Amino acid sequence: MNTIRQVFRSAKFVTGFVIFIAIILLTILFPLFITYDPLDVVGNGNFYPPGTYISQKDTIKANPYELRIALKQSNVGDSLKTDELDKIKEWLTQYGGMGKSEVQDADAESLIVMWTDKYNPSKRFRGMLASEQKYYKRLNQKLTELLTDKDIIIAEQDENNELKEKSKVKSSDFVNLKEISNKRTLVLGTDNFGRDVLRELVSATTTSLRIGLIAGVVATAIGLTLGLLAGYLGGFIDDLILFITNLFTVIPSFVLLILISYSVGQKQRGVGLVALIIGITSWTWTTRAVRSQVISLRNRDHVNLSKLSGHSSFKIIMTDILPYIASYVVMAFILQVSSGILSEAQLSMLGLGPATTSTATLGLMMNWAMLYSAHLNGSWWAYFPVLFMIAMISFSLNLMNTGLDQVFNPQLRD
Amino acid sequence: MNGYGKYFGKKIGWYLVTFLFAVVLNFALPRMMPGDPVAGIAAQTTQGVTNTAAAEKIYKEYAEKFGVDKPVYVQFLKWAGNALRGDLGVSFSQYPRPVADILKSSMGWTLCLQLPAILIGWLLGNMLGAIAAYVKKGFDKIILPVFLFISNIPAFGMAVILLFIFSLRLGWFPSSGGYGYDLIPNFSWTFIRSVVAHYQLPFWSIVLTTIGAQAIGMRSMAIYELNADYVKYSRFLGIHDRKIVRYVFRNAMLPQITGLAMSLGTMMGGALVSEIVFSYPGIGTTMMAAIKGQDYPLLSACTLIITLMVLVANLVVEILYGLIDPRIKASQMD
Repeated sequence: MNTIRQVFRSAKFVTGFVIFIAIILLTILFPLFITYDPLDVVGNGNFYPPGTYISQKDTIKANPYELRIALKQSNVGDSLKTDELDKIKEWLTQYGGMGKSEVQDADAESLIVMWTDKYNPSKRFRGMLASEQKYYKRLNQKLTELLTDKDIIIAEQDENNELKEKSKVKSSDFVNLKEISNKRTLVLGTDNFGRDVLRELVSATTTSLRIGLIAGVVATAIGLTLGLLAGYLGGFIDDLILFITNLFTVIPSFVLLILISYSVGQKQRGVGLVALIIGITSWTWTTRAVRSQVISLRNRDHVNLSKLSGHSSFKIIMTDILPYIASYVVMAFILQVSSGILSEAQLSMLGLGPATTSTATLGLMMNWAMLYSAHLNGSWWAYFPVLFMIAMISFSLNLMNTGLDQVFNPQLRD
Repeated sequence: MNGYGKYFGKKIGWYLVTFLFAVVLNFALPRMMPGDPVAGIAAQTTQGVTNTAAAEKIYKEYAEKFGVDKPVYVQFLKWAGNALRGDLGVSFSQYPRPVADILKSSMGWTLCLQLPAILIGWLLGNMLGAIAAYVKKGFDKIILPVFLFISNIPAFGMAVILLFIFSLRLGWFPSSGGYGYDLIPNFSWTFIRSVVAHYQLPFWSIVLTTIGAQAIGMRSMAIYELNADYVKYSRFLGIHDRKIVRYVFRNAMLPQITGLAMSLGTMMGGALVSEIVFSYPGIGTTMMAAIKGQDYPLLSACTLIITLMVLVANLVVEILYGLIDPRIKASQMD
């Protein structure tokens, strides 16, 4: 009890603990409120940016309100492509008599103002190719169309396939968002399949946490058992276990992970199996730590006393040794959970992640984002939240670990 | 120096045994995969062949070529013998290109990227960690939380972040590949400049991740040493602060060197994955292609090379450690 109180007095541990609990609460509470399937395909295209999506048809049908607010012209700038803007800049410096520095950093809006001020469509420019002249004329036309606020006519097709005017949309017409029934807010947009990233992220976090937990339990169980056996029994068994442990410490576990994951085959590789494989390739640290701890404990007086009293080895290990190494085991377990989550992510990025279509993991989300070049086409919402989640989980776990370390190794205290 | 010879001999012997074990695992594991990859290749050739006897003959030819028709131990001996001569078989996915040919180029890229990056990251991280431990106030308060967070961003994450900021947003560096896609490798200035430009982002992403983890480790090691009795005693004796710091740094450095040996494999694994983000033409990207193409000769050659690199690096670190650590030096002198 006292130790636990001491642990919770460590600022680092508490910070990590709070973040971790917040993540767990998110994975529990979020699905209670947003109940649709995390892998539902919402969008028909890929990588829709974050935002609130409202039905276009609904906005047309909705009751218009006339508002007297100055309209922003920024949408004119948005509908111009970057190469068109570059062309405008080029013209302004060459024929418009503007300085290079004035034009270079100007935004689209002020460029358009400059353009309408200087450009004269009936004038011919010397030294310009005919095709260029035509290009600028077209560009100017496009701009004037964008700038004049003509009403947009909404028409319907009648039975003779003729268009009949139904209503006009003025530029001062507004729609109340509350009156639109069909809308969906995609806080983090959609991924390459058109799934809601936020919903998918929460479900992926749940799965990844589960993978980390299974991997951590497996690794700790193996490491603890081997470490206890080697340290307590000594002799030949110790030599053998130490040999195997050293072997697997030097052979990179990353390589083993790849080889085993590959050899089980694509179809068999479920979430549970991947977690298990991560677990059985990452126990060496625990074994080493436990073994050296047990060796230092083995000849302590209380253990010898227990031996003299005729207690069985099992009982001695359980009552006289385990309590002393519990803190080490807990710390190793925490680290293994965090490295398990990271290992899953790395495996998935190589294409060896869980081969399921029914669940998402953080690594698989990352893998899909990379495969569809989200990192090259600027769809940050498809991978930054995932990265942030991975970093937050491992940050919180490591903080907890550092906090524990400072409580149990007083020399490290600041 | 006979003691040293024994020490190194023992180390080298131990690494040889480990390597042998790794070789067996490398051979055996990918071959345990369910499904027949040779059938896949044979099916590509036999497409449209309706005659079953002819199709079977083609399959047999391929099976013989890849040696999958013989018992496992014969396959292993043949494979190991060939591997010793530098022949790692023929790639399935890039048939008929030999695996050694594919690996030769990707290994160079990976070595030139990871070796300097990990070393520089390790050095910088240790220096920053030692400074943080020594200065403590203020500096430590800023540096520690920052590095604690950075060290928890996986290498591929750092890669993506750098890519987003410096390539997509600022446009300072190219986003993918080892050199411009319109260039052919040669020794011209344009090519070298292109290689250097492509090198920056993968390099710094590895350096930054390494710095984070090392700085934290070094900081706690140095704090531990600063509280040691010999430091207090030296202070009583009035030894100059700078001299004490040098002792502290040296002593704190030793576990960091072991730490480097222990975590090299993990570091390399992370760096290999971040190669994928940049489509850097190294082993990481090759490995992903091998996995996608169900190409086990290529995959097991990749993992073998990685194991070999990690083992050699580990051995070098351990030998250096033996030379630096006065305790080992003393025990070998007896």
